[in-house]
Amino acid sequence: MSAPILALEQVTMQFGGLKAVADLDLTIAEGELVGLIGPNGAGKTTVFNVITGVYAPTGGELRFMGRSIRGLRPHAIAHRGVSRTFQNIRLFGSRCCRDNVSIAAHHHATATLLDAVVRNRRFERDERALREQADALLEFFGLSAWAETIAGELPYGQQRRLEIARALAGRPRLLLLDEPAAGLNPQESDALMHLIVEIRRRFEVTILLIEHDMRVVMGICERIAVLDYGVKIAEGTPDQIRTDPKVIEAYLGEEVHADLGAGG
Amino acid sequence: MRQLLWAVVGLGTLAAVNAVLPRLINPYVAQVVILCGINVILAVSLNLVNGFTGQFSIGHAGFMALGAYGSAMFSMHVGTRWVATLAALGLTVQVAEGLALLVALALGGLLAALAGYLVGLPSLRLRGDYLAIVTLGFGEIIRVLILNVDAVGAARGLPGIPAWVDFFWVGVGVAAVILLARHLAASTHGRALFAIRDDEVAAEALGVDTTSYKVLAFVLGAFFAGIAGGLFAHYLSYLNPNSFTFIKSIEVIAMVVLGGMGSISGSVLAAIILTLLPEVLRPVKDYRMVIYSLMLIVLMITRPGGLLGSREVSLAWLLKRLRPAREQA
Repeated sequence: MSAPILALEQVTMQFGGLKAVADLDLTIAEGELVGLIGPNGAGKTTVFNVITGVYAPTGGELRFMGRSIRGLRPHAIAHRGVSRTFQNIRLFGSRCCRDNVSIAAHHHATATLLDAVVRNRRFERDERALREQADALLEFFGLSAWAETIAGELPYGQQRRLEIARALAGRPRLLLLDEPAAGLNPQESDALMHLIVEIRRRFEVTILLIEHDMRVVMGICERIAVLDYGVKIAEGTPDQIRTDPKVIEAYLGEEVHADLGAGG
Repeated sequence: MRQLLWAVVGLGTLAAVNAVLPRLINPYVAQVVILCGINVILAVSLNLVNGFTGQFSIGHAGFMALGAYGSAMFSMHVGTRWVATLAALGLTVQVAEGLALLVALALGGLLAALAGYLVGLPSLRLRGDYLAIVTLGFGEIIRVLILNVDAVGAARGLPGIPAWVDFFWVGVGVAAVILLARHLAASTHGRALFAIRDDEVAAEALGVDTTSYKVLAFVLGAFFAGIAGGLFAHYLSYLNPNSFTFIKSIEVIAMVVLGGMGSISGSVLAAIILTLLPEVLRPVKDYRMVIYSLMLIVLMITRPGGLLGSREVSLAWLLKRLRPAREQA
């Protein structure tokens, strides 16, 4: 296994009396595609929020590419190369698609405010580069036709895709996708599966995926970690997870024997 | 190079207008035009904070007051002596006054910007209503301070400020703030501000340092409010703390909201309309403010997004609009 790109060591996130995440150990190797699943309220999104710095963990250590990112502000973590999408789409609703993508590449621009005000060469060069990169991303995601469309006016499926395009604009090393298949129909989620695999190949990015759609998770993830009540109850290949009794219990409750009905 | 050429052409035009305009219009109309310009600067600068960044500030009159009193104190105690010295050295009085005014405006703007920085700091923790209350408090503190400091005239006001401002300087101020706002809006920095307004959590997660950008918006907005205050002081040559009450802040907010949050041309248009309206309504005397308020209400009901929404009106935009109409006709 290559060096871990992300390592969570005994990470705990406590809100008052509630332990949303408890002593979580999770290691992701460079280039892996890992799934994070669990019933509603298991703490999956909280894990994302801890990794991206929205919450500072109340215990444990977080390392990204070998360096601690614990306590860093979200934008600083983004600059290190962690990017994400959101469960409930959070686009910049009043801006066009191209701007949405450009904003996320913001920290690669070097033009200062003064450069922008006098519109010198550095500013022009920056803007051209941002625009080219944004247009290339929009093209990859099949959104070229909507480049100038206000993001809030896009159809739902396109908004989901735009969010992923935006997350890639900062050239991240690690991409966190929070339920990208939510609200998609079966054809759309098929397309999404191919897209995620293609994104990893094309952008050489490691992916951690939260998803409820088991077909998607089982179909593309190499490794899956299962959370329940903030605790990791299982980790392994899709086949191992599928047959793990603890996972089945968490999702379906205790196994109910078929002879229950026969007795009555 | 091209920018430099434009700047020279622009300044030349302004100087020409400045020379001709006073002969064409009476002093009352001239004063209204100047006030329009000052209000445009105020509205566009507040738009940077409220419209671009979505931080609700209602203390803009406080920044204006700081710029007004700061620049006035400089001019009265230092600037006039500079003018005398420079004139003695052979500069024309007009040029000497212009230089002194520039320094006074810059100092007033910087003083306001410093205050903007200090007020911007709480905006990192506070949102919406809470931030509004902090900025409201700030504006009132400034006014009450001025009201009680004898050195700046306290409640009597501050007379004897050199009247160095004419159309030219107001024009320069208006051009500067519009240029800054437009270029900012079309840059990565402006997009970062818009991102904060639309979704602060997402902006931060995607690498926008929301803290610095919110402070930046406050500093820029305050700086130009200070410039507007400086122009105001050096035009009227008399300042009174009552010019900078909470009502003044609300007036500027009305301009920003009426014009459309985030629309620069909207702010310009609304600032002009809301400055002219009370003047135009003078004949109806007692009913003036009633009608003024009614018109505001009607406008907001019929155009809740503001006159221009978030659109920008430019020459290119107008041409595009006009062309199809002409082809049909």
